[in-house]
Amino acid sequence: MDREIIQLNAVTKSFGAVQALRGVDLSIQPGQALGLVGHNGAGKSTLMHVLTGTIAPTTGSIASGGGARPDYGVAIAKRLGIRCVFQELSLCPNLTVAENTRIMHPRLRGFGWRRRAGRLITRQLDTMFPDHGIRSDTVISDLSIGRRQMVEIARAFTTTDDPLRLVILDEPTSSLDPSTSRQLLAFTRRFVADGGATILISHLLHEILDYCDRIVVMRDGRVVADEGTAAFDRAKLIVTMGGAAEGHAAEAPVSAATVAAEGPARVRYRPKGETGGTELTAQAGEIIGLAGLAGHGQSDCLVEVFDAAGGRPGRVSVQGPVALVAGDRQTDGIFPLWSIADNITVRSLGSLTQGPLISPQRADALAESWKQRIGIRTPDIHNNILSLSGGNQQKALFARALGSDAEIILMDDPMRGVDIGTKLDVYGLIREEAARGRTFLWYTTEMDELEHCHRIYIFRNGRIVAALPRAELTEERVIHSSFQEAVA
Amino acid sequence: MSGPAALAAEVRSPRPPRQFNARRLFRTALPALSLIIVLLAIRDFNPRAISYFGFNLMLNLAVPVALATVAQLCIITVSDLDLSIGNYVGFIACVTTTWLPTRPWLGAAVILGSIVVYGALGALVQLRQLPSIVVTLGMSFVWLGLALLIRPQPGGTAPSWLAGFMGVHVPFVPFPIVAAVVLAIVMHIVLMKTAFGAVLRGAGGNPAAVARSGWSLLRVKTTAYAMAGVLGSLSGLALVGVSSSAEANMADGYTLLSIAGAILGGAEFVGGRISPVGAVIGALTLQLAAVALNFFQLPELLPGFRIPPEWQVGAQGLILILILAVRALINRGEA
Repeated sequence: MDREIIQLNAVTKSFGAVQALRGVDLSIQPGQALGLVGHNGAGKSTLMHVLTGTIAPTTGSIASGGGARPDYGVAIAKRLGIRCVFQELSLCPNLTVAENTRIMHPRLRGFGWRRRAGRLITRQLDTMFPDHGIRSDTVISDLSIGRRQMVEIARAFTTTDDPLRLVILDEPTSSLDPSTSRQLLAFTRRFVADGGATILISHLLHEILDYCDRIVVMRDGRVVADEGTAAFDRAKLIVTMGGAAEGHAAEAPVSAATVAAEGPARVRYRPKGETGGTELTAQAGEIIGLAGLAGHGQSDCLVEVFDAAGGRPGRVSVQGPVALVAGDRQTDGIFPLWSIADNITVRSLGSLTQGPLISPQRADALAESWKQRIGIRTPDIHNNILSLSGGNQQKALFARALGSDAEIILMDDPMRGVDIGTKLDVYGLIREEAARGRTFLWYTTEMDELEHCHRIYIFRNGRIVAALPRAELTEERVIHSSFQEAVA
Repeated sequence: MSGPAALAAEVRSPRPPRQFNARRLFRTALPALSLIIVLLAIRDFNPRAISYFGFNLMLNLAVPVALATVAQLCIITVSDLDLSIGNYVGFIACVTTTWLPTRPWLGAAVILGSIVVYGALGALVQLRQLPSIVVTLGMSFVWLGLALLIRPQPGGTAPSWLAGFMGVHVPFVPFPIVAAVVLAIVMHIVLMKTAFGAVLRGAGGNPAAVARSGWSLLRVKTTAYAMAGVLGSLSGLALVGVSSSAEANMADGYTLLSIAGAILGGAEFVGGRISPVGAVIGALTLQLAAVALNFFQLPELLPGFRIPPEWQVGAQGLILILILAVRALINRGEA
C-alpha cells in the first residue's frame, strides 16, 4: 500500500464560540477518489482549508509520508502537491487565461513565458474538455461563468516542476453543464488511475456515488461515516447526513395551530425566470422558513422582497413595510462607530422626530424599551455597539427591525455564530411578535430553527423545489429536497 | 511511473478563432481617438502649430506629466491611488536644482532614499491594511514640507547635462513625442508583457487568489510603490530639465492630472485593469487640450476674444468627463 499523501489526526478548529471541526481523522491515499458530503455547516469547507494550509487547526496534528508536519501551511501543501479548486473563483478577472496560469506557476517566467503558459493551459483544457473553445489570450472577465470554471479546474491540474498528487474539487460542477461535468469527472477517474488522488465535494449525490471510491460523510464538524462507495446508496447517504432524528423536538410554534392562515397574502414571491412552480406566500402572523443549501437563492429572495416593498405587485408583491435583519453583522448590519441606541433607532428615525430634529428623549425611550424586552446586556445603551458581544450585537439588530413599523421582517440567517442563550431569547420574541400579526421570512441554515416556522420552502439552484407545512417537516425531507438530482 | 502529468495527451483541438468585439475595440481606441480629435481641433484653429517646432512648444511639459502619469499607473495597477505624486515630483525637482549641480552625490543619495521611502509606503499600506489614499495624502504634505525646507524661494539651477538631454533635437520627430513613444513601449513591456507584470496586475484584480498561489502581497505592493517612486523621480528630473529652475509646489497639479491621464487612458480605479500606452496618450491629450484652448477663438460672439488661460484646467476637466461618459456608454451596452 502506498503511503498516505496527507493524514489528519484529531483535528479541531473553532472560530470563537463556534466549533467548525470537532476532532476529524482523515487519511488520503494515492490512487483514490474520495467523495465528501455533508449538510450546511458540517465543516466541509473548513476541512478543505485545513488541508490546503490556509487555516491552521486549533488542535490536532497533520502528517504526511509518515512524518509529522507541525508547521503545516500553504507552502508545505504546495510542496506536497496538494491543490484546491475553491468554490468561489480564484482567478484574476483582469488577466488572460495564460496570465492566470502564470500566477500559479512561478516557473513560468523569462522570455516566451506567455507562449509556454498558453500552451500549458491549452493542452490541459484540450485533454479535459475537448471542444472547450477557450483561447489562452482571452481575458477572464470576457468568459462565461462556466468557461471560467473550466479554466480554474484545468489550471489546478497543470504541472511545471512541482508535484501534483491531490486535487480538491469543491462543488466543481456547480456552474458546468451536464456534458462538461461528465468530461471533468471522467478525467478525474483517469487522474486517479494514474496514481493521483481527488477529493470531490458535491451536493449532487449521483456524482459522488458514481465517481468516488470512498465516501466520507460529515456532520456537525465530525466524520460520521467513512467507507467504500459500495457501502452506500442514495437513501443511506441522506440518512447518514441527517443523522437519526434526535429527540430535541423544539416546541412547535403554538401559534401555528391557532393563527389560521387567513386574509390576503402579505408577500407573494416567485423566483426570477419561473412562471409555474411553487409560489412563496406569507400571511399576517406567519413565520415562513427558507431552507436548502446555502447560496441557492434564499438571500436573493429576501433582497427581492425587500426591494419590492412599496412597489407595484408583479412577480414579487409585498404589502406593508419591511425590515431586514442581516446575517453578516459586520458588513450588512451594524454601524460600528455608533452607539447601541443609535444602532437600534436608525430604522425608525422618521417617527422619532420633533419638528425637523431627532428627539433624543423619544429615541432613547425606544432603545431603552427594546433593551429591556430583548435583553441586551449592557449598562448603558449609549455605549459603542462594539462593546457588546456578538450575540448581543445581533439582538440590537433584531431590536432595530422589531422596533420599527415594519409588518414584514426578513431574516437572512441571523443566528450565525450566536450563542444558544441569545437564540432562545430571540426565538421566543419571534413567536410573540408573529402572534401579534407580524410576518417573518426566515432564511436559516440550521435545521432546528425550521421547527419554529409554520411553513418551509426549500430552495435549490434558485428555484423553490418544495413547500412543507410544519407538520410534515423532517430533516430527511429537507436534505432530500436540497440534494435532489437534476432530472436525468 | 508515468505520473499524472503524462495525462496531458497530444490531443490538440483547433485553436478557436478570436472573437471580434467592436465595443472592446472602440474602448481600446478611445484614448487615441480623443488625442486625434484634439489634434484636429488644434489644426483647425492654428495650422502652423502642427509642425516640428509647434509640437516641441506645445508638448514642452508633456514628458514630466507622462512620467508622473505612468508612476500613478503603477499604483493603480495594484488597486491603490497615490495622492502624493505631484508634491513628490516637486520635491525631487527642488533636490535636483539645489544639490545635483554642486554636490551630485548628496543629490543622488537623497533621490535614491526617497525611492526607498516610496517602497516602504507600499509595505506600510499592505502590512497595516491602510487605505492608500490616506497614507499618500499624508505623505503629500511631508514631501511639500521637505521641498520647502530645501528651497524656500523659487530658483536654483538645472544640471547642464539634464537641460541638454531635455533640449535634445531629434531630426524630423519632436523630442517629446520620441520620449513619449519610448516611455509607452517600455511601460507596456514591463506591466503588460513580463511575467512579473502579470503578478502585479493579478494582485490588483484578485489579491486573495494571488496570495493563495504563494506570492507575497507585501513584495508586490512594495515593488509597485518603488516603481512609482522611480518614475516620479524621473518626472522631477525631466521637469527641471524643461524649466531649469524649481519651486516647492511647481508640480502640485500633477497629482490629479496623473490620475486623470491614467483613467482617460483606459485604466479603472480598482481591479488592476490598466493600459500603459493609453495612460501616456491620456497625458498627451490633456496636455494638448490645455494648449489648444490658447488657439481657440470665439469669432462670432466677441471678435478677437481668446479664452483666458485660467480656463485650461477647466477644459481638461471637461474633456475627462466627456470621454469617461462615452466610455460609460460603451460599458453599459456591454453589460
